[in-house]
Amino acid sequence: MHSLTTVSPKPRLVVVGNGMAGIRAVEELLKMAPDLYDISVFGAEPHPNYNRILLTPVLAGEMSLEETILNPLDWYAEHGIQLYTGNPVTQIDRVKRQIVTADGTTTPYDRLLLATGAAAAIAPVPGNHLSGVLSYRDMADVEALTRSSALGGQAVVIGGGLLGLEVAHGLRARGMEVTVIHRRAWPLDKQLDQRGGVLLQKAMEARGVRFLLGKETAEILGTQHVTGLRFTDGSEIPADVLVMTIGIKPRIELAQAAGLQCETGILVNDTLQTYDPRIYAVGECVQHRGQTYGLVAPLFEQAKVAANHLAEYGRMLYQGSVTSTKLKVTGIELFSAGNFMGGEDYEEVTLLDGSQGVYKKVILQENKVVGGLLYGDTSIGPWLFQLMRDGTDVSAFRDNIVFGETHLGDSGHAGENQASRLPDNAEICGCNGIAKGSIVKAIREQGLFTLDDVRKCTKASASCGSCTGLVEQLLASTLGGFYDSTPKKKALCACTDLSHQELRDAIIAEKLFSVRQVFDYLDWRHPGGCSTCRPAVNYYVRTAWPAHGLDDPQSRFINERAHANIQKDGTYSVIPRIYGGVTSPAELKRIAEVAERHHVPMVKFTGGQRLDLLGVKKEALPQIWAELDMPSGHAYGKALRTVKSCVGSEFCRFGVQDSTRLAIELEKSLERMWAPHKVKLAASGCPRNCAESTIKDVGVIGVDSGWEIYVGGNGGMKVRAADLLCKVKTHAEVLEMAKAFLQMYREDAQYLERTAPWVERIGLEQIKATIVDDANTRKALAERLDFALSQEKDPWKEAVSGRLDIHAAPMRRIPV
Amino acid sequence: MEWIALGTLEDIPAGGGRYVDTLAGQIAVLRNEKDEVFAVSNQCPHRGGPLSEGFVSGNRVFCPLHNWQIDLEKGEAVAPDSGCVKRFPIRREGDEIWLGLEEMTR
Ligand SMILES: Cc1cc2nc3c(=O)[nH]c(=O)nc-3n(C[C@H](O)[C@H](O)[C@H](O)COP(=O)(O)OP(=O)(O)OC[C@H]3O[C@@H](n4cnc5c(N)ncnc54)[C@H](O)[C@@H]3O)c2cc1C
Ligand code: FES
Repeated sequence: MHSLTTVSPKPRLVVVGNGMAGIRAVEELLKMAPDLYDISVFGAEPHPNYNRILLTPVLAGEMSLEETILNPLDWYAEHGIQLYTGNPVTQIDRVKRQIVTADGTTTPYDRLLLATGAAAAIAPVPGNHLSGVLSYRDMADVEALTRSSALGGQAVVIGGGLLGLEVAHGLRARGMEVTVIHRRAWPLDKQLDQRGGVLLQKAMEARGVRFLLGKETAEILGTQHVTGLRFTDGSEIPADVLVMTIGIKPRIELAQAAGLQCETGILVNDTLQTYDPRIYAVGECVQHRGQTYGLVAPLFEQAKVAANHLAEYGRMLYQGSVTSTKLKVTGIELFSAGNFMGGEDYEEVTLLDGSQGVYKKVILQENKVVGGLLYGDTSIGPWLFQLMRDGTDVSAFRDNIVFGETHLGDSGHAGENQASRLPDNAEICGCNGIAKGSIVKAIREQGLFTLDDVRKCTKASASCGSCTGLVEQLLASTLGGFYDSTPKKKALCACTDLSHQELRDAIIAEKLFSVRQVFDYLDWRHPGGCSTCRPAVNYYVRTAWPAHGLDDPQSRFINERAHANIQKDGTYSVIPRIYGGVTSPAELKRIAEVAERHHVPMVKFTGGQRLDLLGVKKEALPQIWAELDMPSGHAYGKALRTVKSCVGSEFCRFGVQDSTRLAIELEKSLERMWAPHKVKLAASGCPRNCAESTIKDVGVIGVDSGWEIYVGGNGGMKVRAADLLCKVKTHAEVLEMAKAFLQMYREDAQYLERTAPWVERIGLEQIKATIVDDANTRKALAERLDFALSQEKDPWKEAVSGRLDIHAAPMRRIPV
Repeated sequence: MEWIALGTLEDIPAGGGRYVDTLAGQIAVLRNEKDEVFAVSNQCPHRGGPLSEGFVSGNRVFCPLHNWQIDLEKGEAVAPDSGCVKRFPIRREGDEIWLGLEEMTR
């Protein structure tokens, strides 16, 4: 047999394009059939899936790249998805059923999902290749624009559509002089009539953006870098940066080269299948019934249908979408849908309030809404859109339609709370198609209190954000007095109004020794708590009262209760402690024998230099611990994990300090330390830093005169280089400093906050002042940690001796 | 329906659960803070997570794998998630707990 037929128990789904439509389809698929496929995703961009809609807030400096991430790397890992970023697919071989990527590797597929999106269209004018000529489509463009704008100067945007106006707004916010060139007589002519266009233009001009209208570009000037442009009428303007936003072009090259039928986009039927039945396509690259789309709402609908068929449910059909647009330029409200121009066979109802900058226009045909545009006050948008999609007969209230539903019958509350008056089926979030009813239900039933909660649970307002106002109104009207839209503090969870800090203070001030006491005394809304507060409260109780505080196993995450890591199939992994990563032949033999005796399916070295026995049934845990006869490695806990080491001066010819010995000393004096989150240490014997000390919570590096101590580093998903805390001479000093730092972290950080964000939040200066400059505080902190650790026992020994019951065995077997 | 003695309330940790092995798979036996006991199949409708290892609060259990919430009275995932778990009847006599099983499950 040839190499192609790698044995795989599940069919393979390969997704080309790690963007908004492709990943939404995968999410929908996982909801319906989580284990059906082995999924691989290939993306040309170096990032996990982020929210492209939010590029403008990032460009304008209002948001960071991290905040736009929709699916962090963990998400892919958690769902067993192989992700290849920065690796574009270059060929589809439909005969061999495999794809080829830029680095030359081939990957076989049983089903292929194309979600390659679109690229910015580039005007075919001379000079369009010059440096400084940019497009606006992805994070790399935002980075290039940010760099270019750092020098200030003149930015010219060609194309006054939605993207053009957004990029103009972003560059203006970066301090550039911005001119928008548009060939029509008013901007946004695809969404606005002339009157609306002029209002919009005025509003943008008031923000410092200039417009040159009715101009056609003839040539981009410059030899290497753009210097300006010339129009067909012969006039010229200077430019240091030029952005082209004249439209988008579906990315069909790959599909076309593979012989799939394409026109403007890749042709698909109502099940989103291409001409090759094994290949599906969704997103902006698709052409369905002659239409291509450039907004997320229709793409998300496509994703749902494609997923339904990939899941082999075979029930849904995609029949095209009606779309509406909103503009996301801070402070400008704009909504437009359907036919907003009207014409001979149509009726128009308009309202123009120039002084307030409000313009509303509704187009009717045979007493039904067929389109509309709202400028300045878009609050009736969702309602109007609903009327339009439902084809409601509006003859009863057509004259008042521009005032919205609130005006019908009761004028007392006009405009005050639009959202509460919408019918349950009115769509609030256009991007994700979420109706009012589902949001209200989620708020009620799941105890949601913040905008964030709603975004997480329902996805409403989580894409473009323009329905945020409506969602906030729903929160306010559903929660009544509970909802405060400008929370001064963040409540721990929906069970309480207390913040993390208030809770910690109360536990100490009121002498609360158990989770139960906290819930009772502080009037928890749900007397049983939830998965957010239970582990947090238990941690705070234990840190406040290391001797008297009750440790409630039922308030710990499963891993900390079973003292092993649960895996996706419900088995556990066992990692014994191996101090500093230094073991012995006898210990290795014992581990090997235990693994063999219990048929442990996989034995693996961890990233932290330890041995992991994977695939152990819960029932077998105590027996395995007994046979290993080693302490728990706490690899499952929000706790001290490992102290990684390099060889150090004892053997290494470069080593200047004995890093293995220090690593062992550190691990021995910190083991069994619970913390707000996991804690990883490393000790390197020389500045070559082989143990990677600078991406650890605490890392030390040996230098001739002693040790440098670094804190707040992080590897993994959000890499952060550690900060140099101080330099010390002896091992004892390292130990004391590390203990003081970690105790300060334990007492101050919020539960589930790693050291990296904590150090950033409170600032290195404060940490230095507390533990480097103040010897007394340092000593006191280290002593408090020593005391807390003296109260902790090795959980595996406790379980083996029968003093700790992890409920490994079933409550009963039937039949016995 | 046959009633099978499982043990006493004390055998189940409050706010948590245990599991029962049957020929037709595991059943989670869960106890909330009010000492009410529920039994459902020990497989989260999401990806099969063991509900016996979740947090139990009121009439909900939070799945330990990805935090789906399951309504134990309805035997359904709480929106926006959706999916069902099979419920089994529980009978209490004092502190003794009995589980009702159809022939099939035994
Ligand atoms: C600045 C901006 C603002 C926007 N604002 C809004 C808005 O307010 N509302 C709205 O509804 N929509 C908005 N959109 C449009 C919206 O972002 C898109 O409709 C949506 O992202 C399209 O999703 P997609 O998955 O089809 O394409 P994308 O999200 O572009 O994903 C496609 C991915 O595939 C990758 N790819 C392409 N070819 C290959 C290959 N051969 N191999 C591997 N990977 C490949 C691409 O690099 C890309 O990452 C905006 C777009 C931009 C640029
Ligand atoms: S398996 Fe239960 S939430 Fe995923």
